[in-house]
This record gives sequence, structure tokens and C-alpha cells, in this order.
Amino acid sequence: MIHQHDFIIIGAGLAGLRAAVECVGQGDVAVVSKVFPTRSHSGAAQGGITASLGNEEEDRWEWHLFDTVKGSDYLGDQDAIEIMVRDAPRVIYELEHMGVPFSRTPEGKIAQRNFGGHTRDFGKKPVKRACYAADRTGRVVLDTLYDQCLRHHVKFYPENYVLSLVFDQKRCAGVVTCDLATGELLLLQAKAVLLATGGCGRIYKTTSNGFASTGDGMSLAFQSGIPLEDMEFVQFHPTGLYPLGILVSEAARGEGGLLRNRLGKRFMERYAPTVKDLAARDVVSRAILIETREKRGIGGMDYVHLDLTHLGEEKIEERLWEIASFVRIYLGIDPIYDPIPVQPTCHYIMGGIPTDVDGRVLRDEKGSITPGLYAAGECACVSVHGANRLGCNSLLDLLVFGRRSGLAMKKDIIQYEYGSHSAEPMKRMESRIKDLLKHKGKERGDSLRKRMQSVMMEYGSVFRNEEGLKKGIEEIGSLKERYKDIGVSDQKKAFNYELMEAIELGHQLDLSEVILLSALQRRESRGAHYREDFPVRADRYFLKHTLVFETPKGPEVRYKPVKVTRFQPEARVY
Amino acid sequence: MLIRLKIFRFDPEKDEKPYYQTYEVEADPMDRLLDCLNRIRWEQDPTLSFRMSCGHGVCGSDGMRINGVCGLACQKLVRSFKEEVLIEPLPVFKVVKDLIVDLDPFFEKYQSIKPYLITQTPPPDQERKQLPEEHRQFKEAIRCILCACCTASCPVNQNRETENYVGPAALVRAFRYLFDSRDEASEERMALLDQEEGAWGCQTLWKCTEVCPKDIPVTKQIGQIKKRIYEAKNK
Repeated sequence: MIHQHDFIIIGAGLAGLRAAVECVGQGDVAVVSKVFPTRSHSGAAQGGITASLGNEEEDRWEWHLFDTVKGSDYLGDQDAIEIMVRDAPRVIYELEHMGVPFSRTPEGKIAQRNFGGHTRDFGKKPVKRACYAADRTGRVVLDTLYDQCLRHHVKFYPENYVLSLVFDQKRCAGVVTCDLATGELLLLQAKAVLLATGGCGRIYKTTSNGFASTGDGMSLAFQSGIPLEDMEFVQFHPTGLYPLGILVSEAARGEGGLLRNRLGKRFMERYAPTVKDLAARDVVSRAILIETREKRGIGGMDYVHLDLTHLGEEKIEERLWEIASFVRIYLGIDPIYDPIPVQPTCHYIMGGIPTDVDGRVLRDEKGSITPGLYAAGECACVSVHGANRLGCNSLLDLLVFGRRSGLAMKKDIIQYEYGSHSAEPMKRMESRIKDLLKHKGKERGDSLRKRMQSVMMEYGSVFRNEEGLKKGIEEIGSLKERYKDIGVSDQKKAFNYELMEAIELGHQLDLSEVILLSALQRRESRGAHYREDFPVRADRYFLKHTLVFETPKGPEVRYKPVKVTRFQPEARVY
Repeated sequence: MLIRLKIFRFDPEKDEKPYYQTYEVEADPMDRLLDCLNRIRWEQDPTLSFRMSCGHGVCGSDGMRINGVCGLACQKLVRSFKEEVLIEPLPVFKVVKDLIVDLDPFFEKYQSIKPYLITQTPPPDQERKQLPEEHRQFKEAIRCILCACCTASCPVNQNRETENYVGPAALVRAFRYLFDSRDEASEERMALLDQEEGAWGCQTLWKCTEVCPKDIPVTKQIGQIKKRIYEAKNK
């Protein structure tokens, strides 16, 4: 089947839905989502959205800018970050006007809380900058935006996954998707396509991400000749519930929770003397792993304790209900009385598809635009998070750049027409799928995926070194070879998850290789990327963004400069 | 430990009618039922179909009937079961394949109650004020993840003759807006809900409240809607 829409948005998380709401007045908008829209992973976000409203204590956008630049370990593009933090108050008020049920101060204003890395006076003390709705901020913002889409009659293609991007000459003219419910392929033609497909945490064994976070959009862009930027920067959130990896929000520490080792000691005092437990996430994750490596984990095991027992029942029930619920269900303990076992968990990828500040996808280091193609959210790299993202800046990123992408698409499509009406791109995918199903390969997707997840955890997570990265690249390479012989035994059309997962695995293996290669070439440590063999930040050689291109000879690494405006790089101490 | 899962199967592409298939899975007591289902799919039978996403009870994808009670497969741990677990799709809804049901009617009912803030007064430059006491009125309702367990468990919805009842989930969302101090469409909302298929369809049977994975006091909230409608009409 072939359909036409002016705007096609891939992904129904916050970035995609915000862009949809923006485009609604100007044309026909369709959102394609691999899961039913309200199941998108944005709904799992807990902690909050940052904005310098100053509702609880004095705050300024200049401080928010500094914190984000420093948090990024000076790799973030400061012009883009400035746009984001200056737009933040407008974003919050707009959300509130749409109906988001933010938690409130006694006077009735939007409440704000402390969060890692957010300070007053350029790093002096933590500041209350994160607006929140208990610990389910993502859920309520997603629900509100989805309801706005329904109100404005946005068309949805739920449970459709994208198989390929369609290009007409050099312009992106649509996508081919597979309708999970029927197994039928659809060719969706568009004047503008926005990729808002989220992250790829499922590449790692321990992750906070849902099963759908397999990096499809990033991989499809990469296969189309678009480079991927800063992929070595993968954030491990310090407090994943042990052993599942489920997110225990930084909000717990924002409300006063403390990390303790086997000796009951508040060890963050040593690693981050000023802000302690509220340091940037990469700093805390490394601290936890050093503690456990040096046998100070609880019972000598691979986890430490997050202690909320001094917060009191009322605060926990009021502000941290979801977290308390997870802990009770999955561990059978109660955070009011027991400390929570936590370990670092793969949470977010700072890298992604390079864009300008309006979501237009860039195809090289010179900033050449790919007409018709846009990206926003976790799958994009503007870059506002650089080498490490601060908590609560992601929801802000989604809403600022989701909207800006929508504005850019509205402006740009005037010059575009629909591409050629050939059904060829769809037929090509149909035949690829038929071949895959017919092939009777001997390799099982589950074994390959588990091996990939272990390899990435071992060689590509918090602590990296040259030998490990090279071994990792070799192993992923051999998994990619084996993947060519993958067998899909379920031959049915409807809800063929085995087929979908086999295709997702292909994306994940490509991204794994890009991540490890980027990490190997960056011979320094910066933000979330830590090299045991190059433990120091080396601005002279590496104050630049990594770009990996797909070439016939294999992936190739190039670089582009970082935009430094107000803050010159300095030592990053918390 | 070894656990046996007896699972409802139906594939309209090949089956004339549904049947049950039993699988044995090696599992840790702290594993989720969802982990067992995935193990079956990845290691034994790739044709088994069910929805899932977050794996930790926040997205609402994996609602199913487990040993006769609706709940999320990712929130049930193996250790809370004896040797055999019966797994079936959510009742009330048409089965599409195995444990996957057609939730379109569920979402249509949800949409019918106007699930968005309606205001006439233009918004201020900053936030509309709302006191913590006002927020507390509806804050439990915002936990809803649209998993459909409540509506699937409701005897009124299960009964063919009263199946047009809008259902507990839609009413929870209606409650959320009716009791949000910022909303300015009370009259419009109450008119919508003041129907036999609206709030009055609830027979106070409590099944919804029993199964809600987010501990929302559903029956109580529906009761509060009824009270509000009654008071408005009898001023």
C-alpha cells in the first residue's frame, strides 16, 4: 500500500509528538510508531525537566548554560545549549498550559527540585531547577502530548516498524514500514521525514531501556550515508536497580538519598567533594564501579546501597512513589526501611544523527544538509549533551528541538514536492524479507544478541582500554558475519516478532561497531567515555566531535570542531 | 527452578479455534513472568505472540490474565507462583493472536471522554496556579498507564448486554480532568458522564481497584464522579 502525508514522523516519544503538534496546522501529519504511542520509552522518564524558573530559589539561564556545558565536559556545542536553556521556561509554561499536572509549591507555583550537576553561581551549590510530577514526569508529559495529538487529529500508524528510508535523488522522500499486525509493507511518501526513534540501550546487557530501544533510526540513517556523531559517549546511569537495571531516578538523590558502600560510608564525599551524591552521572557511575572493584560493594558484590531510609515515609510516598513501587515489587524490600541495591545501568546515548539547531540532518563535517530529513530527541546529536548529559536535560532537549524541527519542516516543505511514485523501494524490501524468511539460516537471533550484549558490557561500557576495544570490535565483526546466516523460523505474517527482532539485531550490531570504533579512536577520557590507558582529558587533540561514516571499505572516522562561545574549557571538578 | 506455563494460543491464520499449550521453563524465583515468556519465545517457540516494552510496569503493554486475574506480566515474579501458571489474553477484548487483543474499542472509549484540558480563560504568561491540596485531588489518577486491566476485569464490561459501558479506565481519565482545578469544562464533562453508559454504568463491584497495577482507587474515583454529578443536579 502507498500513502502520502506532508509530514511523516518516526517515533511517538516526546520529540516526535511535540514535532507533530507543531506541524498540525500546516499540513497532513502522520506518526509511525513501533509500539503503541503511549508505550514509548519517554513514558519511563521519572525525574523531571529543567528550567531556570527560579520558583523555589534564585536561578538564571546563564547558570543552567554553564552547568550543561560543564556537564558535557566541554564537548557540547554552546550555541545550541544556549538556545535550549533560554527556551526552557517557555517550554515549561507551554506544557503547563496544555495541562501537564506538575507538582506544586505551597504557593501554587510549579515545584522544582535538586538534580545532579545543576548548580547556582556557576558550580557553587546545588540549585532547585528540575520541574517534576512526582517521579513520573515522562509519563504525564507523554500522555498530555498524545492527547493533544488526538485533539488535533494526527494520524498514527501504530505498531509499524521502519525498514528503510526512501531517497529521491538526494532528498529524503519517505519510508518503507512493516505493519506488525498484518506483516504488510507500506510505502509512506512525504515532503519531510523526522527521525525521533530514541536510543539503543538494548545493545548492552544491563540497561534501563525498554525492549524497543534498538537504535533503528540511527542505523537507517547510517546505512543511507549519513554519519553518526559522538557515538562513543554512552551514559551509564549510576542507580539502576540491581540486578534488573531498572531506572531508580536521580530524583531519589535530589530528594536527599545517599549512596553508601559496604562500610556504610557516604563514598561520594571523596569523589565529588562539593556536590557529592549530586555530581554528574558519569562521575558517580565511575565512583560506584571503583568502589565495587576495590571490594567495597555490599557483601563484596557488584552493587552499592542507595539509602532513602532517612527521608521518611511521607516524602517517599509523595514524591518517589514509582521508585518505591519498583523496589517493593522486584526486590521485596521497602525503601522506607531498607537501603536499595543499585549498580550502573546503560541509560542514554549522547551521540546520534548530527543535526543543526533546527533538526536538519547534516551529512558531513562541513554542515551540508540532507534535504527532507530531520532528526530530534535521543537519536539526534545537536550537540547539547556533548560527552555527558545532565539529568532532566533530556526531556528539555526533546521539547525544544522537537518543536524546532517541526518549525523547520513547516518552513522547508514549501519548496518540496512528493517524490517519484514508484513502488520500487517497497518491492525491494519485500524481496529482502522474503529472502530472509526463506534462508533457513543456522544462527539463532537470541544467541547472537546475548553475545553482543555481553561483549558491549565487557569492552564498551564505563571503563574502556585499547586492547578491550580492539577485541570488542573483532567480536562484533564476527557476530556480524554470523548474522548473515540468521534463521527466522516463524514464517507467519501477523505479529512476527521474531522477524522484527532479527531486523533490529542487524541495526544493533552496526551501532555496536560504530560505538566501539569511535571509542577506540578517542584516545582521551571525557565525560562518559573513560579510557584506562588515556585517563586524562586532552583538549588540544580531542576537543572535537567524532563522525563515523559508512564506506565500502568499512566505517571511517572523521572529526568536526566544537562550538565554544561563552565558556572556555577548564578542569571539571564536582 | 522449573516452572510450567499453560498458555492460550490462537493464530487465526492457521487455527480453527483456540487451544492451550504448556511449556516448561527454567527460571530464577526473582525472574519476571515476562522473562519466562521471552525465554519461551527465544528458545522454544518463536511463534508465541505477546506485547511488551518497558519490562517494569510503566508502559502498560503486557496486560494479560494470569491464573484468572488481570495484571502486567512484567510485575509478576516467578516466586509468587506454584508449579503451573495459566496465562490468557485480557478478557472483554477480541483476541487478535495468542495473548494480543484488539484495544481499538478501549482507546475509542478513552477518546470519547475528551482526555485533554479544556479552558476558556486565556492562559497567563507563566503557570496557572494550583495549590498542592488541589493537585492532591487527582494526583493518583495521573498514574494510569492505560494497560486495560481494569476494564478487562469489570463484570459490567464483560457482560454482552452492558458492554457499551465506557469502562473504568476512561472514567479514571475523566476523573483526572473533572477534578483538575484548572479545567473549565465541568458542565460539558458531567453531561458526557451523566449517562447509563457513563459513570452510572458502574455497579461498584471493585474488580478494577483490585487489579490496578498502579494502585489507583478506581471505584472510589468513579464514586466521586457520581457524587459530583448528583450534587450539580440537586443544587
